[in-house]
Amino acid sequence: MREDLVLRVAAKMMAPFIVVFGLYVHFHGDYGPGGGFQAGVILTAALVLLSLVFGLDAVRRVVPPAFVQACAALGLVVYAGVGFASMALGGSFLGYDVLASYPEKGQHLGILLVEAGVVVTVFGVMTSAFYVFAGRRRQAP
Amino acid sequence: MAGAALARMRNLFTAVMLAGIYSLLSAGLFTVMDAVDVAFTEAAVGAGISTVLFLAALALVGHREKKPVRPALLPLAVVTLTGAVLAWGTIDLPPYGDPSNPVHGPVADHYLLESGHEIGVPNVVTAVLASYRGYDTMGEVAVVFTAVVGVLILLGRGGDGASERPPRPPASALRQSPVQRARAAAAGSGPSRGGAE
Repeated sequence: MREDLVLRVAAKMMAPFIVVFGLYVHFHGDYGPGGGFQAGVILTAALVLLSLVFGLDAVRRVVPPAFVQACAALGLVVYAGVGFASMALGGSFLGYDVLASYPEKGQHLGILLVEAGVVVTVFGVMTSAFYVFAGRRRQAP
Repeated sequence: MAGAALARMRNLFTAVMLAGIYSLLSAGLFTVMDAVDVAFTEAAVGAGISTVLFLAALALVGHREKKPVRPALLPLAVVTLTGAVLAWGTIDLPPYGDPSNPVHGPVADHYLLESGHEIGVPNVVTAVLASYRGYDTMGEVAVVFTAVVGVLILLGRGGDGASERPPRPPASALRQSPVQRARAAAAGSGPSRGGAE
């Protein structure tokens, strides 16, 4: 598939839009359908498309496995961190009211941050799983 | 119908494709039932990513299911029994859409009526997931993370870890006597050694 000009150009053009759509699904999750889980999976889908067309190694060079594995852990830390931050500001664990000047704004900020954690973790988890499954034959001696 | 075709299928490649179609159909069903968020997740995860992961696994093990040696009577009995118990359980479920169902209790009313000014987020699903049920969602994220840690432990870390994997299977395969190798081949150890070839 790597020699097919149409596929290469189309995949290259699609990938940024898929990423933007993933971010839209995350940031617009407060207003429409969507949220962290879906956004993370959509981000992974962009990488899957690219690695189908350009090969896994090329994608791995751009987004190294160590990075996505770190992402998987980082998102969880962000999520729990928001919880502890709201505790430190005098609220309860994951009670976002205290995060900003008035409760609704705090809730908004808290949800956005927590969902960002979900995005990062799901992206890292799905991409890591894809890397190890798809890369198994290739790296075997 | 897709499910029935899926159960009869012996070509695993077709089975994976049918599973994807099945997921997509359920996503459509969820949309019809106004559960757009669930439909979105089902389409993205069920039809999208898990199909890709299945295909990646198929690339390792080949796409033909082995012919069963003998008719699987015990599994059939277990599956039939479980299915019967599940069908029996559905009799107790409250009727769909009945306003007196337990899910439409005071909690749901509170979410629907109050989340507008308590949380200030138009999408009630997001408000419930990320704020009212923030603990649950954090648990889910932890579960997903734990799952991938398990995958990485089992399959190796991928990428940089290529040198960590000891190249032992092929070496020991060479050292085996021809008889052992023939026996291993007869036992059909090919797929289980997947990564070694």
